[in-house]
Parts: sequence; structure tokens; C-alpha cells
Amino acid sequence: MSQEYRLILKNADQPGYTTDMDCYLRHGGYGALKKALALPVKDLPDGKKMTAQEQIREDVKASGLRGRGGAGFSCGLKWSFVDRKSGKPIYLICNADESEPGTFKDRQIIYKDPHQLVEGMIISCFANDVHLAYIYIRGEMPDGARILKKALADARAKNFLGKNILGSGYDLEIYVHRGAGAYICGEETGLIESLEGKRAYPRIKPPYFPAVLGLYMCPTIVNNVETLAAVKHIVTMGSAEYAKLGTPNNTGTRIVSVSGQVKKPGYFEVEVGKATIGELIFHEKFGGGLKDGRKLKAIIPGGSSSKVFKAGEKFKLKRKGADGQMTAVEVDMLDLPYDFDSLQQAGSMSGSGAIIVVDDSTDIVSVLANLSEFYAHESCGQCTPCREGSLWMNKALHRMSHGHGRKQDADYLLNIAQNIQGRTICAFGEACAWPVLSFVNKFKDEFVAKGAADEAKNHGGAGPTNEMKIAASPRAD
Amino acid sequence: MSTTETKPAPPPVEKIKIKVDGREIEVPKMTPDWQGKMQPTTMLQACALANQDVPHYCYHPKLPIAGNCRMCLVEFGTPMIGPDRQPVKNEDGTPKIAKSVLPYEPSTPRGAIACATPISPGMEIYPSSPATKQMREAVLESLLINHPLDCPICDQAGECKLQEYSVDYGKATSRFVEEKEHKPKQVDLGPRIMLDDERCILCSRCVRFSKDIAGDDALGFASRGSRNFLTNFPGKKFDNNYTLNTVDICPVGALTSKDFRFQMRVWFLKESKSVCTSCATGCNIVIGSRENKVYRYEPRENDAVNSSWMCDAGRLNYKWINSEFRLTQIKGPKTEWSLALRDIAETLRKAPLGSVAMVASARQTNEELYLLKKLATKLNALTDSVPRTGEGDKLLVNADKNPNSNGAKLIGIAPAQMGSNLPKIAEGIHSGSIKTLIVFGEDVTKCGISADLLGKLSTLIVSDILPNKTTEAAHYVLPGCAHAEKRGSFVNTKGRVQRFMQNTQPKGNARAEWEFLHELVYDVTGQNGFVSIEGLFNQMAKEVPAFQGVTWAALGDLGVTINL
Repeated sequence: MSQEYRLILKNADQPGYTTDMDCYLRHGGYGALKKALALPVKDLPDGKKMTAQEQIREDVKASGLRGRGGAGFSCGLKWSFVDRKSGKPIYLICNADESEPGTFKDRQIIYKDPHQLVEGMIISCFANDVHLAYIYIRGEMPDGARILKKALADARAKNFLGKNILGSGYDLEIYVHRGAGAYICGEETGLIESLEGKRAYPRIKPPYFPAVLGLYMCPTIVNNVETLAAVKHIVTMGSAEYAKLGTPNNTGTRIVSVSGQVKKPGYFEVEVGKATIGELIFHEKFGGGLKDGRKLKAIIPGGSSSKVFKAGEKFKLKRKGADGQMTAVEVDMLDLPYDFDSLQQAGSMSGSGAIIVVDDSTDIVSVLANLSEFYAHESCGQCTPCREGSLWMNKALHRMSHGHGRKQDADYLLNIAQNIQGRTICAFGEACAWPVLSFVNKFKDEFVAKGAADEAKNHGGAGPTNEMKIAASPRAD
Repeated sequence: MSTTETKPAPPPVEKIKIKVDGREIEVPKMTPDWQGKMQPTTMLQACALANQDVPHYCYHPKLPIAGNCRMCLVEFGTPMIGPDRQPVKNEDGTPKIAKSVLPYEPSTPRGAIACATPISPGMEIYPSSPATKQMREAVLESLLINHPLDCPICDQAGECKLQEYSVDYGKATSRFVEEKEHKPKQVDLGPRIMLDDERCILCSRCVRFSKDIAGDDALGFASRGSRNFLTNFPGKKFDNNYTLNTVDICPVGALTSKDFRFQMRVWFLKESKSVCTSCATGCNIVIGSRENKVYRYEPRENDAVNSSWMCDAGRLNYKWINSEFRLTQIKGPKTEWSLALRDIAETLRKAPLGSVAMVASARQTNEELYLLKKLATKLNALTDSVPRTGEGDKLLVNADKNPNSNGAKLIGIAPAQMGSNLPKIAEGIHSGSIKTLIVFGEDVTKCGISADLLGKLSTLIVSDILPNKTTEAAHYVLPGCAHAEKRGSFVNTKGRVQRFMQNTQPKGNARAEWEFLHELVYDVTGQNGFVSIEGLFNQMAKEVPAFQGVTWAALGDLGVTINL
């Protein structure tokens, strides 16, 4: 299907649509909240009763909604892990620290339709018996913070927030907290530390699973902006209708950010899995194709930390045939449906829903050097493999991209990256290792050739020289 | 008169069966954490019970767990559970183990940090497997790439965890061809601490100690990633009374003691177990010396007393031992020990009963005080000690600055109100009823017995370590020993009887007080005592009710608590 399906961004880009409360209300805003608060207790066949909160939680689980932040974990399942018997307050945090390079979807919601997020949040808080929630917004988005604060104030004025919301007896307060400006603040336990006023050092798990020991050591839910906005629509439509969007196990819509060397970079809301990567890049309704005369070289499918796909790469996907049997189908990279499961089967991930396109005008070593500089700069430095490895890889790649590569640098890089992934406190280890592992593995000939050419040019392969070492110092900051 | 802690019988310990390197062991399900609270036993604790040391940098048993160094990563597996939620079995009926692997790369083992990961029934831990070894090698390599490798000029050399683990997991050469990160060096953190940020491995032990133990949230990290560095808050010095503990727990040479740095290579130090004498807490210490010169005190772990810590004031209170003004010769009519002691004994034997008084020090050992008490009993002497008080704190420092006030009271040298006999002694000298005064380790001119008053005595016998107004006025000065130069025991503020060992030799002609007191007691009373410290202590324990049942051997390294 080569067109957008606008659910969350339905109104956002309509002429005359503003962030004002009145505008939102004119478009049916806060209807889902009213519906949620008014849900009658449901009688179950076994005689038990199901509260409104339990019904919403069940709906979110049944909707198949998967987290839109990066991991794609089932939202309903995440909510079900919350320790509801601890006697401690339960907190909900909206993760609006959108920082993954190539990703610019959450800010569309915040900047253009903030009440949708607020409504989704209030419903989610209600469903989880949360009375205090935070929106942790990236420090570099001051406008977003201002817009959200206004939206919250307006919601408070209309009694969508505060004490006894709409006469339901339910109390909730939501605060905006601006991040301090670090990628790692988007890691949920790093975010919690930051919200507590500390350095955003991710916590070790075990024991600090947010669902049990989160904010202030209380049970905590951390959800992405887009995820929370989707909750509003699940309540409005009902879980069955929502689950009809998208594809099985990959339900609903997703806002995909397409960037890089395409004619029409932008964000596109599509049903999950209904558009292929190729369509998202080449179709005129989406990315509009490469610049004239260029050929595709690679794409990074799910934010800069996801593993790269090489143009022409083929994957074996398991598909359920008409007879119900699972069969392996060979699929070209461009024909991969853009969903959670297909990309995972292809060895990468849809991550934050950001496709970065690289054409044949680009030196692949430089692309990786650029990415690794970001990760070396953003590593929080708490645990050894990531702290040391991310800068090590960056220095090696900087050296390579500045004419001082070596033939063995490809294997050198692979080995450094292998020593990071899976050995760190948080997923940043993977985030910095995966680009290196996938780029070098898939474009190994280019890395080796670059090293060999540099060696021949510099000194006939006699090992590192002083100039190499000098060139190896990336910018200090 | 009970001798050891009496606690109610502990509840039965719930145990879990696990395998460590293929060997099945049973370990307690719960183990005390750094605060002593029972928590699920960790892999690291379980491996220790299986005599498998798991290397680590950031983990410290007395600090909250950080899990940041990753050196303790171990390969492990757990019993496989089938779709029916039942354990899957091998053909031989043993449970099938699912090794932990990377979810996205199932051929690669996924380690867990042993310091923070709880064990579970049937778990298998592989601390010696090739995969575990490879993970440790990789972490060590990462820690070393930006390390200055300046061991030849580093004070930590010889007791450095980077060096130690390099033997097992390091390589002879580095493949790192990039430029190392440069960070601040010779950072003056505070009056006693110097920091080298290039050596720092960012394990955060010092940060956690300062915040969670010392209660002074003074240290933190700045910058990001590999450029992280340890620092204190701008404009604020790292200056609490416990800062030097961070030097002990720093696994590398990042934090050094200004007092000790560049003074002595640690492998030359002769180390002995001892006890700090700066207050009544009696922190357990290790004294390090070379060629009869004391270079440092370090705390020695004793959970009944000082955990793993000691205060800076106590730690640095050793310089007097090396003082050039130490008394090293007998001063008096006779200057050889045998002749001087015989002479003193003669004087004391002739002294009319009640004409002798004695001021002993609560800084003396139980054994010395016991011998002095014998003497005092024979001579019917009025005795006392000198109280010393100052400020205490909530962690370790006691307001009582004498290390053995309780010993002095239990043995009967000091009255219950220590110092209350001192005015009576002064009065006695003034009135002339007291003609002979024996003073051990105190300058009595500072506590109401003036130099003029001392001038009225017919005999003043003094033993001390350093000269003072009292030794100046003495007819006999017997040079004694610092605790580092002798053996003995103290009773701390909580009734912990703790022994300490000799580290250095007495200065010059000085002798351990208990040795010459033993001779003097024999000469005066005719009672023969024991010529060894063990025998002496055991004899005292039989005679002094509070010590009954305690033996020198039973004191061990950590002491025994008695009822006060």
C-alpha cells in the first residue's frame, strides 16, 4: 500500500489546525478520555468484575500495540509487569527524549498536536492508577516543552487534569521535565536517574527494572510519545478495530522518518507492515526516490543504531503460506515490509522508525566514522566496554577516514565492536557496536581496500606512523 | 563474664543447589548485602563459596553495587523450560541447561555481571570457561587502552588490581594504535588526597564511599564517555575525616595519599596486624614499615569494630613513632636496665605502705596495666589514669581519645570516674603523705600535678616514649615503646578485647613496658609472672573477672567481646 494512513497525525498538518485546546476539542478531543473515565464495570462470565482500568489495560494488550521508542516491546505486556501490590505510588513517564539520529516523529506530535499526547497519557495513567506523571522532553526542544506546558495548563483549566477529573474521582498531575541534553537520557533507566536529578547513568537490571524499582524506587512505566498517543486511538476505536490496522503482530500505524539522500525526506504515517522499505524510499508519496543519477548503496532502517542493509541484500523470511505452513521466502532488502518482525528476521530492527538512505556518492567509511563519532560523544561512560570501545572505534574510524587506514582495520573494528555488544549495562552497547559490525561486515571489501590504499600511499605498509597517531585524534569537546 | 557474642540460634538457612564450573554446591539463598540486609545471593558470592574468585574492580562488599566495570562478567546457564513450563531433561535425566546467549546472535554467549546477578536453583556458572576468560580479557584491554601505564612511578604498583588481573587476563603488547585520552593529572582533591584522572578506571568506588558511607557527597564524574573524569564539586575541597579510605578502595593508582605517595614502594613494607590507638573505637589496622620506620596505617576489616574503614586523623597519627625526640636511654642513677630496675625495686620495697601513688595511662595495654595493678596492690598505692575526651562522630570516631579506658577501669587502675583520684594524689604530694610517684605514659603536669609539686617528691619514676615536663622532673626515666613496637591488647569502647602485634623494633635502649614491668613486679613482690605476652594475658584473664574465659589465642585477629 503506497500511501499514508494518518491516524495519529490525522489533524496535525491540516490547514488551520493549531495546538490550542479549543481546536483540539473541535476535532473531538478528549472524547476518548471521557469514554475511558465513564467505562462501566464489566461483568465477566466467571462472575468476576472488571474495572474500567482493567478494561483499558486489557484493550491495550489486545490491540497488539508495540512500543514505538525503539525496542518494539508489547505495551500491554509492559504495563502488566507493573508491581501493583507494593503499596508505593506508580509513576508514568512519557519518554519524549527523541534523540536517535534520523528520528523526527515524536516532535511532530508534540509540536502539532500536543493534546493528543496529553489525552493518551491521562488515559494511560488512569488505566494504571497513576496519580503523578512526567513528560521528559529532550533539552534541545524548548519549544516543545513550552507547547506541552501550555497544553497541560489548558487541560488543567478544563479539569482534564488535577483533582477529581471530570467528576470521576480520579486525580492526576502531569509535569514537563526538560532533559539535560544527552542521548542516554532516552534510555529508560537513564531517564529515570536524570529525572531524579542525577547523571543519566542507566541502572543495572537486575535489580532495577522500572516496573518494580523505577522512579524514586517505585513502580514506573516509561512509554514513548507515539505509543501513548496510540493509546488514545485504541480507546476511541476499540482494540479490535485498532488491531485491524497494520499486519498481525505488527498492528496500528507508525510514523516513519525518512532522511538522507532522497528527494523528499520527511515523516510518513503508515500502517505497520503495509509499506515496504522500497516504497518508503522510492514512492512519490513517500521519499520520492534517490537524487537523479544516483544508485542506492545502503539504508539504515531503524535509526542510526540499527544494523545497515546493503543495496541488493537478500533475506530469507519465514512466511505463513495459504496452507498455514511456514515457508522461507527470499526477499530483497527493498521488498521487506516495514514492520517490527520482518526487519528483525532480516537481522536488523525498525527501532525508532527512522530510515536513513545512503547513495553511491557516499564513502561508506565516512558514514560509519560520522555515526561512531556520535556514539563516542554520547556514551555516558558508566561501564567499561561501551565507554572505552565507543571512542576507540571512533578514533580508528577517524584515522581511516583521514587517510591513515590499515588493511587490518576492518578486523580490528569488528573485534572491538564484538567486545562491546551484550556486555554493557544498557542497550547503548549494541547501539554503538551494531553500526560498526554491520557496516564493516557488509562493506568489508571497501574497508580493506581503503586501508590497503592508505598503507600503499603512506609508507608501504610499515605500521602506524606518528602522522597516523596525530590524525587519529578526533575533535576534543 | 561471657566471652563471645551470644545470639539466639539462627533460623535454618534456605539453600539453593547450583553448579560452579561443573561442580555442584549448595549455597544459601540469601546473603547479607553491604548494609547487612539479607538479599538474594549473587553469582559472585556463590562463586566465592565455591572457592572461585571472580575478578572485579567496582564491586566492594561494603559498598552499594554499581555493576559498571564489567570485569566480573561470567558465562552462565539456567535450566531450560519447555513449552509445557516443565524442565527439559537430557537423555540421562539431568536437567538441560540453556546457556545465556545474545538474543540477536545465539552463537555468542551473553555474560552476566556476577556482582549483581542473583543465583537461581539449578543455575550453572562458568567462571573458568573460555568465553568468560575472553570477556575478562576484553574488559581489561578496554581499561588499559587509555591508561598511562606508568607503573614505575605509580604508588599503587604492587597492590594494583590492573596489574594483578593483567597477569591472568592481560597481553604483553597492545594493539591500540590510537592516541590515548589525556586527562587532568596531579589534581589536588583535598588536603590529603591527590588524584590522577588518567589512571582512574571510573569504577565509582570512591564516589559511593563518600556518599553512602562517609555521608559527604563530594565526588562525582564530569564529562561523558571515555572522556569522563572524577572530580569534586567546583570550589569545594574533598575534606572529610574519612577521605583516605578512598585511597584504600581505589583499585588503581588514581587516588593517592599525599602523606604516603612517593614515600615507599609497597612491596618493601613489613606489615603487621595492629589496632589504632587514637580513640576508644580501636579500629583494626595494618601497620606498614620499612627498616624500622613506620610509613602508613591502613584499616583492616573487622565488622565488629570498624568494617573496612578508619578515620583520617587516626590513620595519620603515627608520625610520633618515628620522632627524633623519642626517649631511647634510661635516665637516672643507673642506666642499665638490670641495675636500674633493681634500684627502683629497692626504693619501692622500702617505701612505707601508702606512700606510693601511681598514674598509669589508659593508652597502655591491659597487660601493662595488670602488672602495674599488681605493683599498686603490693604498695597499697593510690592509682588513676588520665581521661582524654574530644569530639566523636556517628561513624567511627569516639569521644574518648584513650584506646584502653575500659581496660584501665576493668583492671582497677582507674576509678569508675577516671581522673577523680588525680586531685587526691596531688593533695597527697602536697601534704607529704605521698613521697613516691610512678607515672606511665602521661605528662601529669597537664593534669593538676605541677612541676613544683613533682619537685616535692623523693622519688619520681616515669616511663614514657617522648620527653615532657614530667620526664624532665623524673629521677628515673624508663624509655618505653609505641604500640607498633610491642604486643599487647586493649578493650575498646564496646568491650571488644583486641590484640595487636609488634611491627618495628624498640628505639635505642627502650624496652616494651610489659617486659620490664614483669621484672619489676618480681623484684618488688616476689611473685613470678609469665615471660611471654600470651602467658601474661592468660594469667590476667584468670585473675581479672571481666576477662574470665578469654585467652590470648582466642582473641585471634578480630578480638572478642566481653561484658563491661
